[in-house]
Amino acid sequence: MTIQDIVAKLGATVALGEERMDMEVEHAFASDLMSDVLTLKDTPVLVTGLCNVQTIRTCDMASLEVVVFVRNKRPTEDMIELAEDNDMVLICSQYSMFKTCGLLWELGMKPLY
Amino acid sequence: MHQEYTVIEGDFVNAGKASSSVKKTLKQLNVNPQVLKRVVVALYEAEVNAIAHAYGGKVLVDIDADKIKMVVADKGPGIPDIAWAMEEGHSTARPEVRDMGFGAGMGLPNMQKNVDKLNVTSEVGVGTTVEMEVNFH
Repeated sequence: MTIQDIVAKLGATVALGEERMDMEVEHAFASDLMSDVLTLKDTPVLVTGLCNVQTIRTCDMASLEVVVFVRNKRPTEDMIELAEDNDMVLICSQYSMFKTCGLLWELGMKPLY
Repeated sequence: MHQEYTVIEGDFVNAGKASSSVKKTLKQLNVNPQVLKRVVVALYEAEVNAIAHAYGGKVLVDIDADKIKMVVADKGPGIPDIAWAMEEGHSTARPEVRDMGFGAGMGLPNMQKNVDKLNVTSEVGVGTTVEMEVNFH
């Protein structure tokens, strides 16, 4: 599926990366614990409620390109600037972590583990 | 090639700047992406530790054709029991560290998983030095 499919399913807004909506994605990982994200061998879509600059730094280090922030959390200008430097896509979902993950599952996104 | 960075206690806004800079250098040197990821994840964990747990410190990086050597030397307070700290789940992180998504006691074990050589030395009241090496091939 594409990022556009995710955005449509979640009724989400795109904070950064409008031009990458046709990027193909397959796996997702949900966590607020950045230490856990740093242990991933793969590069899934990250679903998180942690909305600060370390979320973006962690994704940079772990080579993750797509982040879905839940509960309408909005990335700050600093975060967007850093994410832009790393060609990332930032999406804001209005739903809770649980519902966001449920909808992505329904869409056919696969878990890592 | 030698690089040095200073990290400041509690400076979470800039946590990861040194690792990010090393990542850019290794990309320019065409280091294998999987090796690159191992390097920057380990260095980032060590950098965050120096900011979260210590009174800041230095990151020293030496890169040659075959490997990267990284030293993160902080200014204390030191780790009383390194074996305890190396076990997954063990952490002394403050609440503000946990608010940033860290402090789960996964840092040192994750460094060990990602590097070819790891040496941690510490003296209470003086500081901790984490030495890491990753081979490029």
